[in-house]
Amino acid sequence: MTKTTSRIIKVDALSRVEGEGALDLHIRDGKIKDLKFRIFEPPRFFEALLKGRDFSEAPDITSRICGICPIAYLLGSSQAMEDALGVSVTGPLRDLRRLIYCGEWIESHVLHAAMLHAPDFLELDDALQIAKANPELVKKALKLKKLGNEILEVVGGRAVHPVNLKVGGFYKVPTKARVRSLIEPLKWAIDASRDLALAFGGFEFPDYEYDYTCVSMRHSDEYAIQDGRIISNRGLDIDVSEFPDHFVEEHVAHSNALHGMSKTGEAYLVGPLARYNNNFDQLSKMAQATAKDAGLGKTCLNPFQSIVVRMVETLYAFEESLRIALAYEEPDASCVVVTPRAGTGHGCTEAPRGICYHRYSLDKNGLITKATIMPPTAQNQKQIEIDLHGVVERHMDLADEKLKWRCEQTIRNYDPCISCATHFLKLNVTRD
Amino acid sequence: MAHKKPKLAVWKFSSCDGCQLSLLGCEDELLDVAEQVEFAYFLEATRARVKGPYDISLVEGSITTPEEEERIHQVRKQSKVLITIGACATAGGIQALKNFADVDEFISAVYAHPEYIKTLSKSTAIADHVPVDLELRGCPINKVQLLEVLGATLVGRKPNVPNHSQCMECKMSGQVCVMVAKGQACLGPVTQAGCGTICPTFDRGCYGCFGPKELPNTSALADRLGELGLDAKQRSDLFRTFNAAAEPFAKESLKHD
Repeated sequence: MTKTTSRIIKVDALSRVEGEGALDLHIRDGKIKDLKFRIFEPPRFFEALLKGRDFSEAPDITSRICGICPIAYLLGSSQAMEDALGVSVTGPLRDLRRLIYCGEWIESHVLHAAMLHAPDFLELDDALQIAKANPELVKKALKLKKLGNEILEVVGGRAVHPVNLKVGGFYKVPTKARVRSLIEPLKWAIDASRDLALAFGGFEFPDYEYDYTCVSMRHSDEYAIQDGRIISNRGLDIDVSEFPDHFVEEHVAHSNALHGMSKTGEAYLVGPLARYNNNFDQLSKMAQATAKDAGLGKTCLNPFQSIVVRMVETLYAFEESLRIALAYEEPDASCVVVTPRAGTGHGCTEAPRGICYHRYSLDKNGLITKATIMPPTAQNQKQIEIDLHGVVERHMDLADEKLKWRCEQTIRNYDPCISCATHFLKLNVTRD
Repeated sequence: MAHKKPKLAVWKFSSCDGCQLSLLGCEDELLDVAEQVEFAYFLEATRARVKGPYDISLVEGSITTPEEEERIHQVRKQSKVLITIGACATAGGIQALKNFADVDEFISAVYAHPEYIKTLSKSTAIADHVPVDLELRGCPINKVQLLEVLGATLVGRKPNVPNHSQCMECKMSGQVCVMVAKGQACLGPVTQAGCGTICPTFDRGCYGCFGPKELPNTSALADRLGELGLDAKQRSDLFRTFNAAAEPFAKESLKHD
């Protein structure tokens, strides 16, 4: 064929993601000429507007970065401040923090897996269409999501932007009766989340694997959620305070989100797949068995299977919640006392989408002089573009409309939180 | 089919997605809502896009870019009833803190290449740009209020959304006053009710996420906050959060700046 063939595929406003992003894909003679994953979510300048504010205000202000994962900000900033001020929150208060973080993993993972991601595998527009064919599945998912939100309400006061978390701990600890009210529903949820993991494990997964550099937290004696060291499957093992020595952000012209990469310029993966691959050995026996029964090995390199990994993590989060609720006794104090002083502190937690890093510098009065926040989707952006290249090359024979959908699905594998990443989607495909 | 379902659209401007998430957070009611309305445009939930006009538009977020400034007019043109949801849409949100600062300094504090960034100098409410039929307050909105407003709009009655103060709400629910009993700083006397009395039940003063009530006496409250030991900066900062650009809060914060 002598004639040049050109295909332009554009997704102008990506759906079933949190925030605004787009994809431009230009294919010429069966080869990708240009591919850009753009984040046009308007910048809101959080790092700048924190300057001059009191250290105690950072949790509530930064939680407004994201309505889906506010705990990643409430807790990440609190822990960074605690690091700067030389205190640590341990024992039952740490357990309560883990409990509310489990609530966030559950509501965020179930929302994404059942309502935003599952429709792709069934070639449906949304979860409401799944509800027409399989109402029981959708009702079960909604009930699980609701229970995640209830954990947030019991510990934090409300599901979106909880009010009860602060530097040093909590304003008021929940009563034993309130926490114990979660026990029976949690027992049901463990079985129900296993059902969903098995149902999603039965989907047909597009052919694609990548040898990811997986970066996650690791804790010495539990599947890391709210603290630990930062590790990778390539031998990295660092303290949270060393994050800036190993990772950088780059500002590229086509995106309002800064691209995260290693200091040597390489892309890396954060989130459920990275955690699963790095910390599989620390999942509960039931979570490991459910993963196996749903078709997963001890490592998972097909990002489309992240939907199953999310449900395995959801199951684990329910087990953890039950463990904490059963053991809960009201602590004597709701927080540890913090006194302002000059210093710099680092905090990092596993947000549902991956590690979320915070660093703050304070003056002697505890006012913020510098703030840096590295949300998970910003870190994944470069890897998302690599996956898109790989998926498009492997599925080039698909018609434009199908290829477009496959690209969207590839992006949704990451559960991208664009609101977070812009301190992100449209798909535009051009074929020449 | 005899009656076509009313078309609902959900639009996002500068925001955290938390308010539209409140709609997906109506786990017990979501499938019933979907029986009553067609989700004609709701990017966070569906790929399906049905052309306007729309019977009800829910608008989340504030106007912070030249593109948004244009787009809100398109949304208004296609919407029979336009309802703004949340503090960003009703007052400019937390990002309106930039209204009190030098925006170029803000951009260079966050981005290495300020020339790539297109942003307006101020974050503004939707009502500053187009006529709004109803405003639903909160950071985030209360989903019970959202369902009330949707239900009322569908049947054509006035929604029951109180505009009295949070202070009144505490009294009605028998909540012990955290300012009187414990000397805690609280914006309850000047903040519109609606959250469901959350902070005081957690031993915390109201931080004003539902914005100013009608005719709030902010200066009297500021005096009292001074007596409780808050210095001028602390008083200013307390008024300057998620509803910083709402006029009564903006004016009071500037007095102590």
